[in-house]
Amino acid sequence: MKMRKEPIFELERVSFTYDGKVTALREVSLAVAAREKIALLGANGSGKSTLLMILAGLYFPALGQVRAFGNALTEEAFKDESFAFSFRRKVGLLFQDPDVQLFSPTVWDEVAFAPLQLGLDQEEVVSRVEEALRLLRIESLRDRAPHRLSEGEKKKVAIASILSLHPEVWLLDEPTAGLDPRTESWFLDFICQLNEVGHTVITATHDLDAVDLIADRIYVLSEENRLIAQGTRQEILSDRELLLRCNLTHEHRHRHERLEHAHPHRHPERHIHPHE
Amino acid sequence: MRARRGFIERSIADITATLEKAIFSEELARKEGLLQNLDPRMKVITFLALLLAVSLSQGLLIIVALYFLTLLLAWRSRIPLGFFIKRVWLFMPFFTGMVALPALFNIFTPGEPIVTLWQTERFHLAITIQGLRTATFLVLRVGVSVSLALLSVLTTPWATLLKALHILRLPQVFILILGMAYRYAFLLLHTANSMFLARQSRTVGQMPGGENRRWIAASASTLLAKSYHLSQEVYLAMLSRGFRGEAQMLDTFRLKPSDWLWGATLLALALLAVLM
Repeated sequence: MKMRKEPIFELERVSFTYDGKVTALREVSLAVAAREKIALLGANGSGKSTLLMILAGLYFPALGQVRAFGNALTEEAFKDESFAFSFRRKVGLLFQDPDVQLFSPTVWDEVAFAPLQLGLDQEEVVSRVEEALRLLRIESLRDRAPHRLSEGEKKKVAIASILSLHPEVWLLDEPTAGLDPRTESWFLDFICQLNEVGHTVITATHDLDAVDLIADRIYVLSEENRLIAQGTRQEILSDRELLLRCNLTHEHRHRHERLEHAHPHRHPERHIHPHE
Repeated sequence: MRARRGFIERSIADITATLEKAIFSEELARKEGLLQNLDPRMKVITFLALLLAVSLSQGLLIIVALYFLTLLLAWRSRIPLGFFIKRVWLFMPFFTGMVALPALFNIFTPGEPIVTLWQTERFHLAITIQGLRTATFLVLRVGVSVSLALLSVLTTPWATLLKALHILRLPQVFILILGMAYRYAFLLLHTANSMFLARQSRTVGQMPGGENRRWIAASASTLLAKSYHLSQEVYLAMLSRGFRGEAQMLDTFRLKPSDWLWGATLLALALLAVLM
């Protein structure tokens, strides 16, 4: 599928290894345009989180090129204060583990952290924090210590801590992992709303049900850390062979009266077969 | 039958319990009371002045009066008095008492004996009036100072107290590190506790000492590796939200007329206690 708009992120043959030993990505190329709703789909260990870290300007690949908003995304580029300032203002990253993201002593301080580091004046900081707390309906948590919250509350505070940044791009790492059904459903709605109001949303996940809602376009990473497919949501989710190969679904053996058979756990069409 | 717990296991459980008590202290700090409603900066300044007064005052009765003032403040701040008094005086004999004990005797503090303990031609051991006075001064000064410090900690949430310390020119990055250390100590202690519980759930009977020690050493290294990994991730989370090495913090403290009145009264009292 060709993109009509100018890309905001471009990766060209990017490879990444941890400590020069463990390979996390092999020759990955992709492009993301503004206001897109993208999913990076892959099994555990396929390199999706690493890819998000690269897009967030936190990891820098030894091989390949990364461009963001028309500029090369390198360690050198971040030494330029104005570039670092402008990039961090535009891109927000939600970590998979909220305990990593919530390091401040209170919820209020956590939500105020990003606007304060970006040098906004006091009035603007207070207004952004109050707005984020109100939108996520967590005003009552303002003085609580983040580590004393439930997982769902932690996730909401983590979102509020990015919301107060007013980023253009949201990078979400396994956002629905560990959430109860109600919070998960709320969060999926929230991601859709973000995109509807004009944000670019890039989500790393292996949850096929979630992808159905939160992505228009999907990039698939194999267990060998290569980008092996890209396409629309419909194209990717209907390719059972691809999903099986990437360990994103599995053969499911079950019995219908006297008939026992196996098929992928997920199937888009109705499940019809003759019963004796 | 309950399995006997080892030294390390007991220590970790005790540290966790102590931290849980700290949470209880936060609950006291969030109650509606006299000291809880004060501006924390004014509280820090006035309590420092009272501490100075306790150290410099030459009158036993004045120090006793300052202790009663501390108790009155604790009562007006809805701190359970039994808990407050016990927490200070229960351990006082073990620490300050031991230090003050030698001062009772004529060997260290010559003077008029009130009780003779041992008398020979060459050696005379007695408790002197001057010695008793010195020891009482020391115990009282330490007791009242600890009570004042405890009262300020009990009536101020940890995060707020840290922020208020900025008024004493404590660098913001130091305040940030203190806050984060407190927050992640909880997480790592809970992880350590879970590791012990996980082992307990898979252990039948008593483990040999050597094997126990090996397991503890292995757990300690796992925990260290985990905390190192966590610290790296937290740093990345901070970078992604605009942190550039210098922490920016915001205090939303506002001095009310009642804070000024409190400040003036307490500073005058402290000055009077020193001069009398």
